[in-house]
Amino acid sequence: MFGRSKTGPPAGEEAAAAEAAGKSSGLWGKLKRGLLMTHTEMFERLEAAVQDRAVIDDTTLEMLEEALIAADVGVETSLELVDNVRKDARRFEGGDLLKLKERMTDHLSILLLDAPQPPLEPEGPVVTLLVGVNGVGKTTSAAKLAFRAKSRGKKVLLAAADTFRAAAIEQLTVWSERLELEIVKQSAGADPAAVVFDALRAARARGVDEVIVDTAGRLHTKENLMAELGKIKRVIDREAPGWSRRTILVLDATTGQNAVAQAREFLGTAEVTGVLLAKIDGTAKGGVVVAIARELRLPVLYLGVGEAPADLVEFVPRRFAEALVG
Amino acid sequence: MFDGLQDRLQGVFRKLKGEGRVSREVLDGALREIRMALLEADVNYKVVKTFVEKIREQAEGQKVIESLTPAQQVVKIVHAELAALLGDKGEPLRTKGSPGVILLCGLQGSGKTTTAGKLAGHLKAQGRNPILIAADLQRAAAVEQLRQVGKSVDTPVLAPENESRDVVAFVAGAITQARELGRDVAIVDTAGRLHIDEELMTELGKLVTRVSPTETLFVADAMTGQDAVRSAQAFSGALPVTGIILTKLDGDTRGGAALSVRAVTGQPIRLVGVGEKLGDLEEFHPDRMASRILGMGDVLSLIEKAEQGLDSAESRRLAERLAKREFTLEDLRDQLRQMRKLGPLSQLMSALPKGGPLKGFDPSAIDEKKLKRVEAIIDSMTSPERRKPTALNASRKRRIARGSGTTVQEINQLVKQYRMMQKMVKGMKGSWLRKAMGGG
Repeated sequence: MFGRSKTGPPAGEEAAAAEAAGKSSGLWGKLKRGLLMTHTEMFERLEAAVQDRAVIDDTTLEMLEEALIAADVGVETSLELVDNVRKDARRFEGGDLLKLKERMTDHLSILLLDAPQPPLEPEGPVVTLLVGVNGVGKTTSAAKLAFRAKSRGKKVLLAAADTFRAAAIEQLTVWSERLELEIVKQSAGADPAAVVFDALRAARARGVDEVIVDTAGRLHTKENLMAELGKIKRVIDREAPGWSRRTILVLDATTGQNAVAQAREFLGTAEVTGVLLAKIDGTAKGGVVVAIARELRLPVLYLGVGEAPADLVEFVPRRFAEALVG
Repeated sequence: MFDGLQDRLQGVFRKLKGEGRVSREVLDGALREIRMALLEADVNYKVVKTFVEKIREQAEGQKVIESLTPAQQVVKIVHAELAALLGDKGEPLRTKGSPGVILLCGLQGSGKTTTAGKLAGHLKAQGRNPILIAADLQRAAAVEQLRQVGKSVDTPVLAPENESRDVVAFVAGAITQARELGRDVAIVDTAGRLHIDEELMTELGKLVTRVSPTETLFVADAMTGQDAVRSAQAFSGALPVTGIILTKLDGDTRGGAALSVRAVTGQPIRLVGVGEKLGDLEEFHPDRMASRILGMGDVLSLIEKAEQGLDSAESRRLAERLAKREFTLEDLRDQLRQMRKLGPLSQLMSALPKGGPLKGFDPSAIDEKKLKRVEAIIDSMTSPERRKPTALNASRKRRIARGSGTTVQEINQLVKQYRMMQKMVKGMKGSWLRKAMGGG
């Protein structure tokens, strides 16, 4: 089914890429530089190997598999991708060796595009709920999303619903001061749903376009999380009936295959719209989102590429695939 | 922890046991599966390669193929190699000095601040007199977070008063202050940073040179994927890292990073964070961890935990009562309360060997809530009722159900279970108890 030698990106994606190219091409460049720094000595080896070989043989494919695994794509997904390349190779009888990377990029893009692609930022008023485990960067991501919305002329309000972690409220408050954003908060230990309630009331009264809710991270207390998110959801239903709602799962790009388990868990407890992949500015490649797209059909929406509020880009599958392959 | 890896490896061994003799093909297949299991658990692919090669060498050297009990032999080899990979003997934290300085460093979000608090609590429990030093002047509200963490473990926190940006000078001064305050261990919480951020890495290097810590610990998130190796290598290359603390090693963490990080840095894993509570920090024992990964359980750690958490007078009293063949609902309630002090039951059960009587038992299936309901029922009884629950009549049962928010059926069930337990206690021989305590 992947018979065409080159799968062009769909029109919509090209438009998105073009749009993103304007302001955020610098950030994609940064991302690519980050990835290039490690530039998988492996893909270099792979290229060297390919140049000497007449056909794509098992050794080449094994190296390809290793390269994918090293990018955290996961064993199963890597095997499937390598298998696709193997089939390609058979079809072209190894004639197209130098296009191996291009083909790999194609297959990766297809996997990433296969997940349903929801509208990135819905029209009208929006409630954005950020969920995720501890330490992935939810609070910083909340600030980045708020900055993005604000710089697009929207009126934004932050809701400090992580009342659990020490100083989480203070952290979000510092951001709200730096970015000159409104914030609704209560004291530590308060009921997160009550914070959301207050935030939505304030939002309606002040004519806010987007409410961004920072929730507490947790690894284990799944039951509490379910109850808490359920309650927050009910509050939103009641207090903001006409609003669009997004639940964004924040994942840490350095996380390995555990991210799949995290995504599965949150999908089970909350209606997750998509993923924000944070901390992709290091050497980690975040390949696990490929496995997540394949296994859970959960799309990636944004990439967090640095510590500044502007360091957030829209996810473009093909560009990500290119950056991954190097 | 290590659940996925545990299951996969046990599957491999089960298959091997099924083969009376092991041909080369079967061995190759087993090694392939071990490789896959490790890769899926996020162990670095290079570490996996070396590991599998070592197992192959050993297996060939020890003539597993000709052996009559090949499976056991493979398990033994894998166990030994795993323990070696994790660092064989555990190396405890060094805290000597006046004060001993423990510097925590790592990527953003790896859990440094929480770990700093846990570490302070851990040292206090050992009779030490720690102090926390806030050196994270980067992240918004990080100093405030450390202050709150410090408060919850009742440990003072030194933080710069004005907007000082000279971390190095501040920390050096704070250590002197700690000495003057008579504190014997200073824990320095540094800002999270990317290993490719040259500026911040240089700053960290300067800090380490200036204060020359007793321990420079790299704090790593156990959920890290293949990149764990890169960041660990970069940190230990730029700084004289003397050990590792693994955090978030609980839940469904695959923990592959544990295996890789030690291998690439050559530095021992000193401590592991195993939960969200401030007491959830454990010393790391490579051999026990290897047993745990292979599903052989970690009874030693469980006993140590029990010794720390249980009220020994209370336990002795219970043992005496059991020896006298007495067991009332009051005893059961005390027992439940004691057990809960040790942490979630599912976590305790996961430390037990997976074979034997617990074969096929899923620790996550334990319903903690049910145990709480049992406690509530017992709490709603009068003392005479607790001593003789078999004498409960219908009206008493209804009263207890109302009082505890449960149902009469649940009370009946408890009474039935109590009868069975009593029978067991009565029929228990002295030697059984000794055996159960690990003696016999």
